[in-house]
Amino acid sequence: MKRYALSHLKQLEAESIHIFREVVAEFERPVMLFSVGKDSVCMLRLAQKAFYPGKLPFPLLHIDTGYKFPEMYEFRDRLAKELGLDLIVYRHELAGKLPHPIDCQKCVNTLKTQALLDALRKYKFDAAFGGARREEEKSRAKERVFSFRDQFGQWDPKNQRPELWNLYNTRINPGESIRVFPLSNWTELDIWQYIYLEQIPVVPLYFAKERDVVIRDGQILALVPPNSLLPGEQPRRMLTRFRTLGCVPCTGAVQSSASTVEEIIQEMMTARVSERATRMIDHNVEASMEIKKREGYF
Amino acid sequence: MSASHTVQEFIRNNAQKDILRFSTCGSIDDGKSTLIGRLLHDSKNVYEDHIAAIKQTSRKRNFSEEIDFSLFTDGLKAEREQNITIDVAYRYFSTPRRTFIIADTPGHEQYTRNMATGASTANLAVLLIDARNGVVTQTKRHSFILSLLGVPHLIIAINKMDIVGYRQDVFEAIKSDYEDFARKLDIKDVRFIPISALKGDNVVHRSTNMPWYDGLSLLELLETIYIGSDYNLVDLRFPVQCVIRPSMDFRGYAGTIASGIIRRGDEVMILPSGTVSRVARIVTYDGELDEAFPPMSVTITLADERDISRGDMIVHRHNLPRLERHFEAMLVWMDTSPMDLNRSYFLKHTTRTTRVRIDEVRYRVDVNTLTRQPAQPLTLNEIGRVVFTSVTPLMFDAYQRNRATGGFILIDPHTNATAAAGMIIEREPSDHLPSHITGPAAYPSLTRHESLISREQRSTRFGHAPATVWLTGLVGSRKTAIAYALEKRLFDLGAVAIVLDGENMRLGLSKDLDFSSAGRAEHLRRAAELARLLNDAGFLVICAFTSPNADIRRQVAQIIGLDRFFEVYAQAPLQWCEQHDTTGLYAKARRGELPHFAGINAPYEPPAQPALVLDIPAISVQTAVDLILTLLRQRGIFTRPSPPNSPPPPTPSHSSHTDSP
Ligand SMILES: Nc1nc2c(ncn2[C@@H]2O[C@H](COP(=O)(O)OP(=O)(O)O)[C@@H](O)[C@H]2O)c(=O)[nH]1
Repeated sequence: MKRYALSHLKQLEAESIHIFREVVAEFERPVMLFSVGKDSVCMLRLAQKAFYPGKLPFPLLHIDTGYKFPEMYEFRDRLAKELGLDLIVYRHELAGKLPHPIDCQKCVNTLKTQALLDALRKYKFDAAFGGARREEEKSRAKERVFSFRDQFGQWDPKNQRPELWNLYNTRINPGESIRVFPLSNWTELDIWQYIYLEQIPVVPLYFAKERDVVIRDGQILALVPPNSLLPGEQPRRMLTRFRTLGCVPCTGAVQSSASTVEEIIQEMMTARVSERATRMIDHNVEASMEIKKREGYF
Repeated sequence: MSASHTVQEFIRNNAQKDILRFSTCGSIDDGKSTLIGRLLHDSKNVYEDHIAAIKQTSRKRNFSEEIDFSLFTDGLKAEREQNITIDVAYRYFSTPRRTFIIADTPGHEQYTRNMATGASTANLAVLLIDARNGVVTQTKRHSFILSLLGVPHLIIAINKMDIVGYRQDVFEAIKSDYEDFARKLDIKDVRFIPISALKGDNVVHRSTNMPWYDGLSLLELLETIYIGSDYNLVDLRFPVQCVIRPSMDFRGYAGTIASGIIRRGDEVMILPSGTVSRVARIVTYDGELDEAFPPMSVTITLADERDISRGDMIVHRHNLPRLERHFEAMLVWMDTSPMDLNRSYFLKHTTRTTRVRIDEVRYRVDVNTLTRQPAQPLTLNEIGRVVFTSVTPLMFDAYQRNRATGGFILIDPHTNATAAAGMIIEREPSDHLPSHITGPAAYPSLTRHESLISREQRSTRFGHAPATVWLTGLVGSRKTAIAYALEKRLFDLGAVAIVLDGENMRLGLSKDLDFSSAGRAEHLRRAAELARLLNDAGFLVICAFTSPNADIRRQVAQIIGLDRFFEVYAQAPLQWCEQHDTTGLYAKARRGELPHFAGINAPYEPPAQPALVLDIPAISVQTAVDLILTLLRQRGIFTRPSPPNSPPPPTPSHSSHTDSP
């Protein structure tokens, strides 16, 4: 009887809402990590749905490295204002002040991971929502929805709590915390379809446009500060867009003419390359994500 | 076609797709990783950069130019070093027909704990058997865990058929071995497929090497297997997750529908307090709903101010879970520190967390031999039957009946580790349990035993789903005539149908009842319970009862289960019924000899939202039968075609069509 069946997106939505409510019911001080990207805006919409007609019962936290795209800052501030969000922006003291050329590894370790751990400690958050999806990357495939972190924010992949049904173990000792991933079971395509169906605004960087870029080590980098040409490099103007959004120096663009959500979905239907391929930091070491996650990265 | 047109179509199509969650299991080296890799690769669900990376690793590791499909699925670095998978990993793929979530569980070391985890949310499991080895101890062990976790569908993939020359006799022998063994287990739907994960036979594409096998490929089966009845739609259970109270004039109870269907206006009971209220609104961000079903996450408001908090459960008043502090469960121990009988644990069940004490371990199951061993505290990966006492009562159902309200986890209060997973079982009432504390139960608790036959198996045998057509209307509105004509028609079409009518029941089952309102209510309650039993047995039940009271009909619907209850209103003017009355009942009622006679000295409350209205004086009994048949077809209950020479079913233009109550 089809009448009592939910589509897969509605099922994913219901599951995510359940997760949000569970955290709010069981933790003292939850926070939602907001990185301004497509996953974050979906997560935000799901959180709104979870507590409707009430307001979000937790603040949003943006870890700002100082190297995000101008469009991201603009979008973030406008959204916060429009929705009346309680947004905390946290910057490491070195944010935006790393020596040139920017070392992406260092940016992640210090401005992102360390800053995140500092912020969680400073505000005494005991649960932090993150927009990571299991489909994104191999080591994430084993991540729990409720992922336990010790006092140092570290993840131990060998010692994870088994997770059965939708019964999440939320018990922790003081100083410990839980990372919660309401989008665990979503795929990139699910996210875009949801954005389409729900008409969720996203940062315009996702849409194709003629951009000034340089090709370096096989990656298309936007010529936006702090990126600049190295000796011998030629600037180019290319029709590009971004599949994932991070810091300017470590986020590669893709060649694409998809300038609407519909076109992005269409492009995805024929996509041949995984989205992480445009993240420079992942190329560095084999299994680099796992190492980062063990240290406290999302 | 324009881009936007294609995308709209794609998304529209996708909106119809459902999710199938399945877990994969098998002994190490049976080819599980290869199979998953093959499934993802052949259904075009892997990206080029992944393929490139895997080609590179294949070369490094195996000195081979061929793709090692098993590499698509291995995860953590530690595992790569040891060459084994040690944890549950989730993978995602989709085809135009369905989206899939695979819980990839290892067949090694911590198998029990990981398998149980993967199986807990699975609709289906794919169990691999190496064709060279046949059914081995590990196969039995895995099957037992799957049956314990209540996985509804099982596919036995007999792999490496290429090595045994694709021989049918090898396949058949393993199949019959497995069937012999599986009789002892509670697995409802088992299928067998001969495959070669390495070569790709019958994985995505049907094999040309095994012409003797005329079934579906693994992917085709995964795409088409019917999972619609995996959710329990009969017993409403709404565990309150949190209270949403943005202002003084809104108080909503947020939660996920664990089972059953809730509708606006439903009379509900709040447990454990036992207070009663009505569903005022079903609120979501996307607008209010008339009804909600699992696994929807909604917010419910009630007509009355009630003191409700997280951990309470909203249910239909006439369909209650057990509410007790003593219960038994099958327990899978998942923690490295063994069970400690002198300690209390936290127990999390639905949205309720309480402390429990372990009263007794009745026995331990040896998963290799499937025999019962003398009781002792359970250790990591052991399974046993355990008796508990909780500090506060739990509202639960047997796990076999309701996964969402029958499963729980135990948490070690010192380490906060998830120590065990439990599946509550049916058993004697709590008085018989060896417990040290005995608290009063809120209402008499009884035991519901479970059949070994699934709803689906019955539907398959009978060729239709079970349902109850409930004809309501004034005395003389031809309900009974229609009921028997419908029964005859269904019978002729090969269905298994039976009429329950008021008069017949009063001659037997309800002989002891009078016509007081209490007597009538009890009469209808019995009819409803009987209809439910008959539905459980797979029958189509046609009930003809005046049943003038809307509230009682709603309770009847709850007993029977809202998803299989179809209220049909035989609508006839009182005057017409009275004029055509051959029983003399109206005359008697007019003379005041019959108290509570609907239409004369008691009200008849017409259904607000019947599934079907029959405009009685205007249509014949046969047309009424046709209309009901059309309804059953539209709702997917009875889909068998009519014989070719029968007239086409009428379109119900002269009668309104609305949703059942
Ligand atoms: N001949 C043959 N070999 C297979 C088949 N499936 C898997 N294998 C091989 O069996 C070995 C174990 O496979 P793997 O997928 O790693 O097993 P797992 O431990 O169950 O994940 C590998 O060498 C595979 O190449 C098959 O269908 N036919």
